[in-house]
Amino acid sequence: MKGFLKQLKEGILDNNPVLVQLLGMCPTLATTTLVENAFGMGLAATAVLICSNLFISLLRKFIPSQVRIAAYIVIISGFVTAVELLMRAYFYSLYQALGLFIPLIVVNCIILARAEAYASKNKPLPSVIDGVAMGLGFTFALVLIASVREILGSGTWLGFQVLPDAYPKMTFFVLPAGAFITLGFIIAAVQKIRNGAAERARLRELASLRAEFLAQKNEKAEEKEEMTV
Amino acid sequence: MSFGSILLMMFSAILVENFIFAKFYGCCPFLGVSEHPDTALGMGMAVTFVMTVSGGVTWAVYEFLLVPAKLEYLKTVAFILVIAALVQFIEMFLRRFIPTLYQALGIYLPLITTNCAVLSAALLTVQNGYSFIEAICFGLASALGFTLAITVFAGVRSRMAHANPPEAFKGFPLTLIAAGLLAMAFSCFSGIQF
Repeated sequence: MKGFLKQLKEGILDNNPVLVQLLGMCPTLATTTLVENAFGMGLAATAVLICSNLFISLLRKFIPSQVRIAAYIVIISGFVTAVELLMRAYFYSLYQALGLFIPLIVVNCIILARAEAYASKNKPLPSVIDGVAMGLGFTFALVLIASVREILGSGTWLGFQVLPDAYPKMTFFVLPAGAFITLGFIIAAVQKIRNGAAERARLRELASLRAEFLAQKNEKAEEKEEMTV
Repeated sequence: MSFGSILLMMFSAILVENFIFAKFYGCCPFLGVSEHPDTALGMGMAVTFVMTVSGGVTWAVYEFLLVPAKLEYLKTVAFILVIAALVQFIEMFLRRFIPTLYQALGIYLPLITTNCAVLSAALLTVQNGYSFIEAICFGLASALGFTLAITVFAGVRSRMAHANPPEAFKGFPLTLIAAGLLAMAFSCFSGIQF
């Protein structure tokens, strides 16, 4: 259970696939005009990621390493087709809004990266948990970006009016240019936080080194005193 | 479709519906392989080559294999396999017969399999119901739009290398913001109506 929580935190915050690993930029930029679309995209990719991680992990001993990428792509595209058909049957408006980006989950680098880096080396259960963690991390990042773009660009959040009518709608944030710039500022903020954390860790390390050094120095001085005595 | 309307379709695919700045297809290589104008042009040429050929091949696979067998819903699986095989085949063909071109494009070819621009061009061709000639022209034009975007952006980035941004913006965020400014410039084409 503790390991599960740790993996979850790793996927959503410390090692977020979009904000930290900078993977999967196409759907991140394209589907974040509305929070609803971002949720749909994130959950669709999560479903594919969990299934593909499970199956690749189960088949990891049978897939020859020379053709592994092709095998992964076939497994992933099978699940993508299933998700696409399910969404067309049950969430038609979302299916239409996301358009080509549902079949394009096949070439989403996050899914292939997790298959190659994690599922092909680990047992089924941890691989499924990794799929959940990374998928939720992807969804979290998409919803974060979409929140900024929808609130500033349309004055709504998940369809509900957030900003008063008198507030001017900045259509810029709905346009492609707004996607690039919003993501740029959010990643800059993440880098700022990470730089700060790294700096604090470095200072802590320096302080502990200094304390150790002083302690050693004191010890030596005491030894010297003893010798003279 | 007449010659004139094909030209219009190509013009629209290159500028108005630019794959990067209007549709976001192929953003990974656009952001990843655009540090130097030379490599960006190499990547753009490799993509152009593959997308033109794959436009025709995936059209043929769809019309002559999937439609008669009533397997249209398998198009994503079929197209990605065709593209992967095609990239592999082009790589071997170039190495054997046109070594100079292979030397120029070789290192970019394996990256193209997972470039979503190629797959989305194939899927859009089916969605819009293009004919064989139109499919090839659409692949070529979309790829030219991609090449234009990545080459111009590489020029911007090579100038930016000497800039001194705030610490937090170093690297990727600054690249994204420059791409946003370029997207703004490209968005002026969207006012053109045919």
